[in-house]
Amino acid sequence: MIRRTCLSAAGVLAAGSARADWAINMPRGVTELSAETYDLHMQIFYWCCAIALVVFGAMIWSLVRHRKARGVEPAKFSHSMTAEVIWTVIPIIILLLMAVPAAETLIKLEDGRKPDLTVVVTGYQWKWHYAYQGEDVAFYSTLARESADARRKNSGIDPFAVENYLLDVDKPLVVPKGAKIRILLTSNDVIHSWWVPDLAIKKDAVPGFINETFFRAAEAGVFRGQCAELCGMDHGYMPVVVEVIEPEAFQAWLDTRKNPAAGLASAK
Amino acid sequence: MGSAVTDAHDHGQDRGHHGPAKGLKRWLYATNHKDIGTMYLVFSCSMFFIGGLMALIIRSELFTPGLQFVAPNVFNQMTTMHALIMVFGAVMPAFVGLANWMIPMMIGAPDMALPRMNNWSFWILPVAFGILLSTLLMPGGAPAGGWTMYPPLVLQTGDAFPYLIFSVHLMGLSSIMGAINVIVTIINMRTPEMSLLKMPMFVWTWLITAYLLIAVMPVLAGAVTMLLTDQFFGTSFFLAAGGGDPVMFQHIFWFFGHPEVYIMILPAFGVVSEIIPTFARKPLFGHDSMVYAASSIAFLSFIVWAHHMFTVGMPLTGQLFFMFATMLIAVPTGVKVFNWTATMWKGAMTFETPMLFSLAFLFLFTIGGFSGLMLAVVSSDIQYHDSYFVVAHFHYVLVPGSIFGIMAAVYYWLPKWTGRMYNERLGQVHFWLSAIFVNVTFFPMHFLGLAGMPRRIPDYSTQFADFNSVASIGAIGFGLSQLLFIYIVVQCVRGQGARASAAVWENPKGLEWTVPSPAPYHTFNDPPHVSPGAAFS
Repeated sequence: MIRRTCLSAAGVLAAGSARADWAINMPRGVTELSAETYDLHMQIFYWCCAIALVVFGAMIWSLVRHRKARGVEPAKFSHSMTAEVIWTVIPIIILLLMAVPAAETLIKLEDGRKPDLTVVVTGYQWKWHYAYQGEDVAFYSTLARESADARRKNSGIDPFAVENYLLDVDKPLVVPKGAKIRILLTSNDVIHSWWVPDLAIKKDAVPGFINETFFRAAEAGVFRGQCAELCGMDHGYMPVVVEVIEPEAFQAWLDTRKNPAAGLASAK
Repeated sequence: MGSAVTDAHDHGQDRGHHGPAKGLKRWLYATNHKDIGTMYLVFSCSMFFIGGLMALIIRSELFTPGLQFVAPNVFNQMTTMHALIMVFGAVMPAFVGLANWMIPMMIGAPDMALPRMNNWSFWILPVAFGILLSTLLMPGGAPAGGWTMYPPLVLQTGDAFPYLIFSVHLMGLSSIMGAINVIVTIINMRTPEMSLLKMPMFVWTWLITAYLLIAVMPVLAGAVTMLLTDQFFGTSFFLAAGGGDPVMFQHIFWFFGHPEVYIMILPAFGVVSEIIPTFARKPLFGHDSMVYAASSIAFLSFIVWAHHMFTVGMPLTGQLFFMFATMLIAVPTGVKVFNWTATMWKGAMTFETPMLFSLAFLFLFTIGGFSGLMLAVVSSDIQYHDSYFVVAHFHYVLVPGSIFGIMAAVYYWLPKWTGRMYNERLGQVHFWLSAIFVNVTFFPMHFLGLAGMPRRIPDYSTQFADFNSVASIGAIGFGLSQLLFIYIVVQCVRGQGARASAAVWENPKGLEWTVPSPAPYHTFNDPPHVSPGAAFS
């Protein structure tokens, strides 16, 4: 019991690992900015813990000591300008200390200069469409068959037996590692939102408008997220899967996806 | 005809000759602030249970992965209606009920300034919610696009759509008329010796809340009317194909929406500011400072709305401004938390049920405040937005915040209303069950959000299963515990329990404690004197 408690407490301080049960923290992610976002999140969290310690400490002390059952006489004071000034100024200082790194990280998140590759992502009810700008590669990405079968009401299929249940697609977005990927986001119908926690990216896909976001993945792997704006019946069933592969492998992958009809024509 | 205008002389001669009317007429034609207050409270309690039932449907479906009970579109109807009913049907009317009962007594006024308008303010609500709830039975079902009604999704609502808009308009009318009544009453009908800064905090917070209501309810009305015309009259306010902008709806909605959440919490601040001093046997620390803090919160609430929209694609400058403004709200809110703590400090506290709920409010609302501060930071909000972290945050400020505030107020003033003490032991049981289960339900949601679970989904990936099960168990426990609340209140209303004195508690401050318990049907027909001991500054 004590071991479990200590381990859980330690777990709060550790970043969440992808897809772990009982995960209590967000992932550090695989980009420089996702790590910075995670660090900022922890910094603010520690500030909150410190303030909580002081404030709740005072409250608990008071609850224990200043009770009628202990026979104390209530004091009569009811104001203090000094106290009011102190507990207005100190929070302002703490907020300034938080605001500076927060603003710095935000400015970096919005820096979209010099992307290496642009992908146009379109939200549909209820799937994503990916189109590589400048390449002849485009496709829909929908919930994988296994998940789609298991998710039916009273399907009889155990979700725990489905790998990456509700987080798997037939065709993931494939991108090269280390390249700055610009995502241009829009929608064909209602507002959706493209979210990949490991890349620390979330941006709304608004019909009639184009939004922009960026990431540079430092590690290869498969990273999973979900639609993050209520978009109707199957809002929970349109996951986002990004597969980051080595740059050499990426060019080869692009070639296999480019215009398969041309491949057929040349085979004739 | 002759009774259409009652001036002080007539009333003085009539005193003692008329009590309340008999039967249904008493309630249908009520103009007495106590009767109207009672109706608001009973109405809001029923809505609380209906909204709670919907929450239990949601949590039952989310108990384990896989879809067991409801189809996804029905689930979305539940989440949408749960929020609409709780926000507009449970929390807001409960505070209006408390305002109606207590404001006239606290300022020494005989009733609200506009008693007939008061009647309509109430009776519009059962009509509005009858219409809203009836949409569950319509083709296409109830609205399922979220209580936030974002277009274009909300325009895919079936037959229910115009009824949704109409019921929102009706609720808005009710709130606006109620708010006008509160302001006019407080400004004009205070007993002459009660200057503004001598008013109790509950009255102050309601005065501020009422101004917020008349400022923003018309904005919501405008927003939903634009939805209506986009749907039926060929306008394109929010449709890009016609030159409109879906995000503009979000701006307009949240310009209402953010002050709305302060509308839902400020009266609770007022309640807690009444209760803690009574049970600490010590005056409220920094009364004037509390007034300024509440006013600052209200002012700031108008300039932070876009923190609900950080992922829509906002320019950097906008994000920075709204981040800083939102973080700033922590300052006056912190001032209030410190002042409540300083009120407790070196007091002589006892822990009757109203005090228990107020102290839980203090602790748990502060936790909600911390998650709010985290949400304010845009860079990390990218990860929290539209996840269960947000759900955890707002349920902490609404349930142990607003709802516990309402329950604290009910326990505190029930002896005044009914003339009987409620069952203290049962009240404490109700408190502990509620406090424990509310944390079991909502604390794990912080973890779920951080781990990556989005909002408003009926089914989830298996790594979220454990905390979802815990939350669902907590929800069922919390829901069942509220049945005990009904039992306690009904027993008290029916006259079971010790007789309450005028003061009820040990030496509380306030004019409401100078009238007998139960409070007579008409109180303060003549303005009372405010003794120095009853002054609040």
